[in-house]
Amino acid sequence: MPFGQGRSGGGGRGRNADKKAGDKEKGQRRPMFRRRKVCKFCADKIDDINYKDFKLVSAFVPERGKILPRRISGTCAMHQRKLQTAIKRARQIALLPYVTD
Amino acid sequence: MSDRQYELVYIVPPETTEDQVAELHGQIEQVVTRMNGRFEKTENWGRRKLAYEIGPHKDGVYGLEVINGSGELMKELDRRLKVMDLVLRHMVVRVDEEKKVIDRTRTKRQSDSERRRVKRGLPPVRQPGEGRSQDSDDMDDDRDFGMEA
Repeated sequence: MPFGQGRSGGGGRGRNADKKAGDKEKGQRRPMFRRRKVCKFCADKIDDINYKDFKLVSAFVPERGKILPRRISGTCAMHQRKLQTAIKRARQIALLPYVTD
Repeated sequence: MSDRQYELVYIVPPETTEDQVAELHGQIEQVVTRMNGRFEKTENWGRRKLAYEIGPHKDGVYGLEVINGSGELMKELDRRLKVMDLVLRHMVVRVDEEKKVIDRTRTKRQSDSERRRVKRGLPPVRQPGEGRSQDSDDMDDDRDFGMEA
């Protein structure tokens, strides 16, 4: 029942802004053009993800200082794990920030 | 038991003189030699900006020592570094096992690629000037890695 309610509500909104909703849907249905994400470390054959390699590791730490998630970077599970330890070690010796704001 | 390999990174304040750094290195060396360790490598990264402030400091001078030795040695070294006022921050990381894994994957990839190339009737090592377009070497490697991961 709540599901149905939600739908009808959404539909109402949709009718009010029919064109907009259509555009949005088109925008979401674009997986065909999305570039396939490839793990950088697999592609470049980087075996050693080292905390001392500041340049490499910092590419996966956005401005806020958090670790870039796999779903965004496309890193494979194995390399994300290695990257994670590398980033955490780099934080310990102040090469990377824990937080920035 | 064979020795393990450790990396020690330490940070000292930027106003530290060369003599003080040398003295610190001497102190570390003392402990290492006393407990039957060996230095593999010593590096000085020089002055760097810290990612966050440590006390009043915004910059630090980094040093790296790669040491072969026992766990007891590193424990003692860790304890001593903790007490030293000069050292802002230090970190000890064991590296021998990771190094082994890295070497293994590297040699495996090399031999795999050679084997594949020989199978296709190519010389085992990629020739200079060999075209990338018809060469599916890279593709093969990618697939291999996807499976491993």
